[in-house]
Amino acid sequence: MSAPPPVHAEVTLTVNGLRHSLVLDTRTSLLDLLRERLDLTGSKKGCDHGQCGACTILIDGRRANACLALAVAHDGARIETVEGLAGEDGELHALQSAFIEHDAFQCGYCTPGQLCSAVAMLEEIQRGWPSAVTGEDPVAPTRAEIRERMSGNLCRCGAYVNIVEAIADVAEMP
Amino acid sequence: MRPFDYHRAADPRAAVAAVARRPEARFLAGGTNLIDLMRLGVEAPELLVDVSRLGGGRIAETEAGGLLIGASVRNSELAADHRVRDDYPVLAQALLNGASGQLRNLATVAGNLLQRTRCLYFQDVTKPCNKRSPGSGCPAIEGEHANLAIFGHSEHCVATHPSDMAVAMVALDATVHLEGPSGPRTTPLIGFHRLPGDAPDRDTVLHHGELITAVELPPLAAARRSLYRKARERRSFAFALVSVAAALELDRGEVRDARVALGGVAHVPWRATRAEEMLRGGPLTEERAHAAAEAELAHATPLRDNAYKVPLAHRLIVRTLLDVAERP
Repeated sequence: MSAPPPVHAEVTLTVNGLRHSLVLDTRTSLLDLLRERLDLTGSKKGCDHGQCGACTILIDGRRANACLALAVAHDGARIETVEGLAGEDGELHALQSAFIEHDAFQCGYCTPGQLCSAVAMLEEIQRGWPSAVTGEDPVAPTRAEIRERMSGNLCRCGAYVNIVEAIADVAEMP
Repeated sequence: MRPFDYHRAADPRAAVAAVARRPEARFLAGGTNLIDLMRLGVEAPELLVDVSRLGGGRIAETEAGGLLIGASVRNSELAADHRVRDDYPVLAQALLNGASGQLRNLATVAGNLLQRTRCLYFQDVTKPCNKRSPGSGCPAIEGEHANLAIFGHSEHCVATHPSDMAVAMVALDATVHLEGPSGPRTTPLIGFHRLPGDAPDRDTVLHHGELITAVELPPLAAARRSLYRKARERRSFAFALVSVAAALELDRGEVRDARVALGGVAHVPWRATRAEEMLRGGPLTEERAHAAAEAELAHATPLRDNAYKVPLAHRLIVRTLLDVAERP
C-alpha cells in the first residue's frame, strides 16, 4: 500500500506583528512553520514531544508548546516568538537583559523558550492565576512560584538558579 | 506521520457525523496527546475533525447549583476559575499538579479525560502492546511496570490512566455529556473509563464518533473541604506514581460524607469506595484513616516491581485525609 499524498491547507497567521498567508502540509507544527518556512529559528526544537519547553511561544498571548500545535488548527492566531520580544529599536526586553545580567544560561538552547515562558508566566501571576504551590492568599511572585510555574522549561546545563534570579529581578522581588 | 485531511466542524452534530462515517477519523482539540501519538506512530488518523472552536469553552452554573464545564475549556482556565477554586478545590489542585503551564494552556477538559496511557510499550510501536495492537501481547507484565497498575489489571494489560483531573472529577461524581450519531446522552464519569479486561484497546465506553460536549459537577457539600496530593519522581511536571483526591463533609466531628479517589494505580481513575465506607459515620481520627486506607489497599494486586505503591498509597491517603479534616 503506497502512502497517501500530503494534504495542503491555507493558513494565515500574524507572527510578531507581521501577517503571513501560507499553503502548508496539514502535518506542519507551528514550530516547523516558524523555523522552516518563516526562518524564525529562535524557537528551538528540543524534544518535539512537549516535554522540554524549548519551543515555547505565545499563541494569542498564552504560552504554549509550538511542537504540539498544528498550524492549521491555529489559523488566524496571533503568534509571538523570542524574535518579537525586543523593541523595534533593538532594545532588549527586561527579561532578556536580566538573563544576561544574571548569567541565566550556559549553552543557550533552552533560553528562547525560557524567555517566552517567563513573559507569559509573569502575566499569569498578574492575572491571579494560581499554581500548585499557591496558598489561600492572593498570588505573589515568590521564588517558589517561579520554580513551579517554570517547570515546563528544562535546562540541561542546569542554569535554573540563575534563571529564577533573573525572573525574580524582573518581578521586582527582594 | 501519515498525511491527513483537516476539517473544522461547524457544530457538534456535524463533527460527530464527520467522524462517525470514517473509522480512521479522530476529533482534535488541544492536541497535546494526539499530535504526540501521531508523531510516535501510535495514532495514524486519515482525518482530523477540529472541535476546539465549537463554543464549548464556557463554565456555567447549573440550576442544581453545580457547574457545567464545556468540553474545550482549557485546563489552565478551569484551574483559575473562582467557582472551581472555592467550591471544588480538589479539582483546581489536580489540574495544577498536572503537566506544565504551556500544556495546560492547550489541553482541554475533554482531551484530558481521553488521554492515553504513558506505558512505555504502548508508546513504542516497535514493541507488542494489546492496547495499541490487540492480540500482540503485553511485555509490561514481565518488563517495565514499576509505574503501572496495582488495581484492576488483567493478563492483557497493566497500564494506568495518566490524568490527575479525572481523579478529582471521579471523586466529585462528575457526569459526562456526550453527542453521538444517535443523539445526545449523559454517563457518569465513574464507569466512563473501562478496566482493561480482554479489550484493553478500549479505554472508555465511548463509541466511535461520540463526542464529549461537557462535564457536569453536581453541588457537593464535601467538595469545599477537599485536597489533591500527588507523589511523583520529581517535584513538578511529572506523572503520578500515586495521587489522592480526598473530600470530607464533617458534621460535629463525624464524617457524614467521604470521597477518596486514587490516580496512578489503575486503568481508570480509581474510586476508593471501600475506604469511603470505613470513614463514614465516625470521627476522622488517624486510626480510622489508617483503617480506611487498609480496607482499600488490602485488595491491591501489585506486580513484581510496583509493590512500593501500596505503602505509598496508604500513607498518602492517611496524610491527605488528616489534612483535609484540618481545613476550615
